[in-house]
Amino acid sequence: MIGGLFIYNHKGEVLISRVYRDDIGRNAVDAFRVNVIHARQQVRSPVTNIARTSFFHVKRSNIWLAAVTKQNVNAAMVFEFLYKMCDVMASYFGKISEENIKNNFVLIYELLDEILDFGYPQNSETGSLKTFITQQGIKGQTKEEQSQITSQVTGQIGWRREGIKYRRNELFLDVLESVNLLMSPQGQVLSAHVSGRVVMKSYLSGMPECKFGMNDKIIIDKAGKGGVTNEAGKSTSGKQSIAIDDCTFNQCVRLSKFDSERSISFIPPDGEYELMRYRTTKDIILPFRVIPLVREVGRTKLEVKVVIKSNFKPSLLAQKIEVRIPTPLNTSGVQVICMKGKAKYKASENAIVWKIKRMAGMKESQISAEIELLPTNDKKKWARPPISMNFEVPFAPSGLKVRYLKVFESKLNYSDHDVIKWVRYIGRSGIYETRC
Amino acid sequence: KVLLKYFTPLPTCTVGEIFELKAELNSDKKEKKKEAVKKVIASMTVGKDVSALFPDVVNCMQTDNLELKKLVYLYLMNYAKSQPDMAIMAVNTFVKDCEDANPLIRALAVRTMGCIRVDKITEYLCEPLRKCLKDEDPYVRKTAAVCVAKLHDINAQLVEDQGFLDTLKDLISDSNPMVVANAVAALSEIAESHPNSNLLDLNPQSINKLLTALNECTEWGQIFILDCLANYTPRDDRESQSICERVTPRLSHANSAVVLSAVKVLMKFMEMLPKDLDYYSTLLKKLAPPLVTLLSAEPELQYVALRNINLIVQKRPEILKHEMKVFFVKYNDPIYVKLEKLDIMIRLASQANIAQVLAELKEYATEVDVDFVRKAVRAIGRCAIKVEQSAERCVSTLLDLIQTKVNYVVQEAIVVIKDIFRKYPNKYESVIATLCENLDSLDEPEARAAMIWIVGEYAERIDNADELLESFLEGFHDESTQVQLQLLTAIVKLFLKKPTETQELVQQVLSLATQDSDNPDLRDRGYIYWRLLSTDPVAAKEVVLAEKPLISEETDLIEPTLLEELICHIGTLASVYHKPPSAFVEGSRGVMHKRLPAQSTESPDVGTAAGGSAPEAAPSIIPSQGDLLGDLLNLDMAPPTTSGPPPPTTGMQMGGMDLLGGGLDSLVGISHSVDPYAATPGQPVNPFWVKWSLQTRRSDGVLSLQVWLPAMKAKGLEISGTFARRAGVIQMELILTNKAMSVMTDFAIQFNRNSFGLAPAGPLQVLTPLGPNQTIEVSLPLSTVGPVMKMDPLNNLQVAVKNNIDVFYFSCQYPISMLFVEDGKMERQVFLATWKDIPNDNESQFQIKDCHLNSDAASSKLQGSNIFTIAKRTVEGQDMLYMSIKLSNGIWVLAELRVQAGNPNYTISLKCRAPEVSQCVFQCYEAVLKN
Repeated sequence: MIGGLFIYNHKGEVLISRVYRDDIGRNAVDAFRVNVIHARQQVRSPVTNIARTSFFHVKRSNIWLAAVTKQNVNAAMVFEFLYKMCDVMASYFGKISEENIKNNFVLIYELLDEILDFGYPQNSETGSLKTFITQQGIKGQTKEEQSQITSQVTGQIGWRREGIKYRRNELFLDVLESVNLLMSPQGQVLSAHVSGRVVMKSYLSGMPECKFGMNDKIIIDKAGKGGVTNEAGKSTSGKQSIAIDDCTFNQCVRLSKFDSERSISFIPPDGEYELMRYRTTKDIILPFRVIPLVREVGRTKLEVKVVIKSNFKPSLLAQKIEVRIPTPLNTSGVQVICMKGKAKYKASENAIVWKIKRMAGMKESQISAEIELLPTNDKKKWARPPISMNFEVPFAPSGLKVRYLKVFESKLNYSDHDVIKWVRYIGRSGIYETRC
Repeated sequence: KVLLKYFTPLPTCTVGEIFELKAELNSDKKEKKKEAVKKVIASMTVGKDVSALFPDVVNCMQTDNLELKKLVYLYLMNYAKSQPDMAIMAVNTFVKDCEDANPLIRALAVRTMGCIRVDKITEYLCEPLRKCLKDEDPYVRKTAAVCVAKLHDINAQLVEDQGFLDTLKDLISDSNPMVVANAVAALSEIAESHPNSNLLDLNPQSINKLLTALNECTEWGQIFILDCLANYTPRDDRESQSICERVTPRLSHANSAVVLSAVKVLMKFMEMLPKDLDYYSTLLKKLAPPLVTLLSAEPELQYVALRNINLIVQKRPEILKHEMKVFFVKYNDPIYVKLEKLDIMIRLASQANIAQVLAELKEYATEVDVDFVRKAVRAIGRCAIKVEQSAERCVSTLLDLIQTKVNYVVQEAIVVIKDIFRKYPNKYESVIATLCENLDSLDEPEARAAMIWIVGEYAERIDNADELLESFLEGFHDESTQVQLQLLTAIVKLFLKKPTETQELVQQVLSLATQDSDNPDLRDRGYIYWRLLSTDPVAAKEVVLAEKPLISEETDLIEPTLLEELICHIGTLASVYHKPPSAFVEGSRGVMHKRLPAQSTESPDVGTAAGGSAPEAAPSIIPSQGDLLGDLLNLDMAPPTTSGPPPPTTGMQMGGMDLLGGGLDSLVGISHSVDPYAATPGQPVNPFWVKWSLQTRRSDGVLSLQVWLPAMKAKGLEISGTFARRAGVIQMELILTNKAMSVMTDFAIQFNRNSFGLAPAGPLQVLTPLGPNQTIEVSLPLSTVGPVMKMDPLNNLQVAVKNNIDVFYFSCQYPISMLFVEDGKMERQVFLATWKDIPNDNESQFQIKDCHLNSDAASSKLQGSNIFTIAKRTVEGQDMLYMSIKLSNGIWVLAELRVQAGNPNYTISLKCRAPEVSQCVFQCYEAVLKN
């Protein structure tokens, strides 16, 4: 198991050091600094073995978190734990920075004592941690409160405490998708997938039981086969259901139920959390198409023309559109002409950045640029990095639709109808690249 | 922000600082005290020594402020070891806290106490721990469960004596899932240091409990439970399937570690399912999506996932064969992710997707990172070798890359083109001219060696081959060994192809290699060529220009036994390093090798399983050095020198063994059993002997076969064997099994000096190369005239076996009865005199229990092992047998065996001038009589 956990600043000075196992000595702290943080070359692996000691590290801005062990630990678990640790710290004091860590070091030690015991991760849900790890000290807790804390920390529903009350029962559903594309210069899709998340903010009283439904092809086909659905339902099912390649759920979701019935049922944590993640690869709506044309005119000039086409309903508007066209390192000057938005050559980033605030569906826009090059005797060819794009669209490129979210709370007197529900779809670009 | 001041950059605490802190710690004001403790902890963090404040900090422990208490505990955990006497001061508070009304404080106390590694404190810990293990609050119980593991790490005996292990086992049935999970984690850890203790005692009932808890506990608990489940071996395929069914839902968990641990359980238990079962194919299909999803995790986790997928793809290529695209490299991937993805792309490349893969690889070859570009170029070559249809396209892509003139790209391309030539001889020679243009830019040994190989191999088609090779010869001594060896071979090839023009050149290289070189490998190879060429040029041609075996398509595969073990370690560091835990974990942990369970059904169609996917047919690997021939001749261990003639008692002639052995072999028509005994002149060749393989003898139970060298330790070579004495000759019977993927050749054996001068009386007769999964049985006759050195134990034998891969060492023990010679019967008078002559101190007495033979039967049985009865006497119903034994080195052992009628216990007295052997001799008695 994890033998120790260290946090360093960018200089390699140790900010937090907590050792859990006897086999990890003080010299481990220095070994990591010397061999990884101060190493000349780029990090070649997130796992480093130095003198039979293994170091796992992640970086958040310029802070290094390193877990150390001498045993054959579950490596995936160690990384998951390090991410979780970052989440927990972020939810306590915001950004993970040197200053914040120094200012909260007592709190961090307290957290490390609680969420890692002898190197074994323990309950790390911020919701329940915050009930008893506070910087105020736990004074005046009654016996009931204490046992409520412990039963929550160890309980089956560690993510939600009892006795939550809201005057207004409300929930917000965000379907956030990032659409990823790799396209060849000829416009052939090399790979495309959507990775989506369903993020929920719930403000519900009591211990509500929720059921979430979406246009999952498997469910809809199943219902269709059953023959109970009416004609209208059947006709939509063929078109509007989507094939989900794979999905993962928040720990509140009953996985065995999903496995057997493919229904998503759960008791939600309070406040904001991620309900599920999913991935689709079929019938993706690619909101934009990028058509590049790069011509080398002699050895000192490049002509670039890029056309972007929006490919969704004309009534919808895409926002925050940005096209990034890489330029060679020996660029000496750039002239740009674009039909819409603003374009600028950014020498420090070696790219032309073209920004458009808004663009409706089924439109087209174009940029052309002339790039002057300094003559070099560098034999190596310019690697021509792909043209990348950023945007935001008000629909889910995967085609996912939320069909229902039902709330049942048998003990309190509110019903599904009393809950105010909001749904929003946002599609963003992930890595959206076209080679040129 | 106020706290920033705690982190002062001073390297050590000054006396003044310590003094100031001391005063603050003893302050009456609570706030000031707390601030002072915080300052102490801050100093401790940056590595300053604040142990001098121990008593003052411990004094702050008695407080109801939980935050302060935790800080003091943190300090205690760090310094208690260096101040054990003072740490005792804290015990009272701990014991008191373990009884506190607040469960959080009880748990905190028991958690911290377990972290204080001071012997005296652990004694005080036992009682509170016992209470906490049965606490009413689950939070305390789950903390106490881990504490047992802590205590076990400090003092294992104490934990066992106190019965904590049983209490811990009981917690597996606890009503709270988190208690169960922590108990499982603690037990698994303790069990690791007692490999055979059966501590976890996994059985269908306990498995059922674990599976129930799996649905209810935290993500971390699920990992502990799944990792524990993976150690279980189901009784049959039905149980295996039902566990799989209950584990599959975990594949949808958001935590990647849960997913990987579930994959581990499924991959392992799947082995037991019959392949024709519907559920088997369903399960295979279910595995792909979650593995792909792992690639959208954070980069560090992607890396762990990719290293594991690399194993999974080797074990079960069918799972991900349609998922090539997800392994395409993204421009912004960290380099470690890129390199791993590339590896998997090559493994998944097939005729169906080769066009896409090649297009990708070409893109990658123009990237910036040198390692990545090199690997991409190498990958193109691998594709050519793997998918024949794509070879032409690959070669032209490589030529394009050579035209870029980027130095490392060119060199890498040449190295892979050499492999392509090996795979498709006489097909792409047209590119040689282009390759030769780049001769001057090659500065890496591997590329130079590859180029030289190409020139030598195609010398007859390259007009100026002699000039090219001569140009390398100028700086012969500055080249690396790899290049020197290759150059030597290439010039000899050239000479054999164009003898007239190149005589001078070959003489030059031979003299460079043999006379001016200090490198024994090079010198030996030079001499071998020289002698071959001078004695029999025709034979030389046959040897040097022999047709080379084709290289296989799969490369860099992990050896199957290791792969199996790594599959059992999916998700862990071992699977990231691709090394067994024993390679990087110290001490007893992880030494146990895990194996996949065997399929339980007796379904006869094993063939279909093997035929289903190509890699299971154990393909061989390209030898790391291009020239197989070179390796063959690359002898680095001389064959054993036959020291002296075999023992005269046998009257055997070993001289003709080689020829006869081989000849007989082909006569009888079996290729893998060479029994020199059968071929001994003067003895009729009894076909019975030839067919009588070791395996059949083993099943008779006459000889017990032992694994001397497990495949894990010898790069796939497994050696098991036993000893026998037949017609006065000691035989070492060996079974060599090749569990690696490449052919093994060039076997040789040598013994270390040993107590009785055992030495091989001839070479190890492995005439044919040993192919993958092949087994060969060899009898090695031993002489007893080798060098002598006393071993401990006396009958220990250290053996070195060499093959074309490496030299391996093992030790084994032979029964000393092998050394009992046939003329060991002493004259009665001599016996009496000798018995008296040997001092009584040299006599040792032993008991042989449960032996139901009568004295005559015992006597005749012993005679079979050259233990001779000289006289028998009966006194008061007790038979006394007097016996003599002569060892091969001339030592006599005298024995008196007393057998009482009706009493199964024999008494034996042994007398010998070298009393060290008595123990061994007694063991022989026991073995002979009880068998």
